[in-house]
Amino acid sequence: MKKNESYEEFIKGIWRDNPVFAQVLGMCPMLAVTNSAINAIAMGGATFFVLVGSSFLVSSFRNWIPKQVRISCFIIIIATFVTIADYTLLALVPKVHKELGAFIPLIVANCLILGRQEAFASRYPTRLAVMDALGMATGFLIALFSLGAVREILGDGALFGVKLFSENFDPWIIMILPPGGFLTLGVILLFFNWFKYKKDEFLEDVAEAERSGS
Amino acid sequence: MDNLLWIFISALLVNNFVLTYFLGLCPFLGVSNSLETSFRLGLATTFVMLVTAICAWILNTYVLIHAPYLRLICFIVVIASTVQFIEMLIKKLSPTLFRAMGIFLPLITTNCAILGLAIFATNRGYGFWEGLIYALGAGIGFTLALVLLAGLREESELSSIPKLIQGTAMNLIIAGILSMAFMGFAGLFSSS
Repeated sequence: MKKNESYEEFIKGIWRDNPVFAQVLGMCPMLAVTNSAINAIAMGGATFFVLVGSSFLVSSFRNWIPKQVRISCFIIIIATFVTIADYTLLALVPKVHKELGAFIPLIVANCLILGRQEAFASRYPTRLAVMDALGMATGFLIALFSLGAVREILGDGALFGVKLFSENFDPWIIMILPPGGFLTLGVILLFFNWFKYKKDEFLEDVAEAERSGS
Repeated sequence: MDNLLWIFISALLVNNFVLTYFLGLCPFLGVSNSLETSFRLGLATTFVMLVTAICAWILNTYVLIHAPYLRLICFIVVIASTVQFIEMLIKKLSPTLFRAMGIFLPLITTNCAILGLAIFATNRGYGFWEGLIYALGAGIGFTLALVLLAGLREESELSSIPKLIQGTAMNLIIAGILSMAFMGFAGLFSSS
């Protein structure tokens, strides 16, 4: 039972409540850094670390943080983790850090992270909060990666810097430029809408069939 | 003087915060359903950006040279509290102005466009006036993008759009096309 509960929290972040596709949160870093798959993964990894770390801390301290100043406390906790992530990336992968530039400190302003602290971590026990954060962060990572991969393949004809097509492929440069980010995410959301629409239609059909059958 | 003009134009059009840097997308997509509201939000954002530029300059010159690793926390705490303080001040001094943009102020405080402005200005080593002009350009650019999108969305309310594409998907595609249009301004710089 208990195991199921945490599993449920984990899995909902990946598909049903996916932070990007279903809730449309955390858009700014999402679009800005996804012009290549490797950048997307670095960004997703940094967000993963910050989200899980701050969820753990917020949830552990949830009984000590006064209600009135909770948002400021959350932000300071998040900012601390972001600073750690920033310096770690600078030390480990200076090249990626340079490309992501100002967008790593901007993880602080990612509404996804603050949203999870406010809506979940500050109310539930540590284990559930960490599972929820793991799920949400994985969902975010998947979303970032899919967007980054689509944009890199179309805009550069490559994935992780490895050329996929022959010399004749004419790269679709607009995709790695800013407009490509908006367009790709728009189309992905469109696909999700279609999926949801089909599912609703299917459920309605089933309900109707049951009604006429009985 | 020339330099300041360049910074202004660059922040306003070529490197528009919303359409090129993707900063401040949440209000961009969330609030842009009426022209009136988005104009007021843009006004409030411009104002907060100016305050931010001043705060960031003071912090960078006097505090953060001693402790650069505190940059992020310092920025957030100082900007948030300054905006809160000014909000109270405006409420006291000019209720009309407060009604025009007051409700947006707390929302904007942790917006990534605001923090992004402080970080970009720091990374580029802008001085006091440069920072202020940069903030002004970025703020007006933000307002411009917001008003453009709001105008398009108001028009689209009147036409019949397939149910599937309505909402965020359509807004993102509109934003993509706007962003493409703004890319045309990049030519302003290479020619001069």
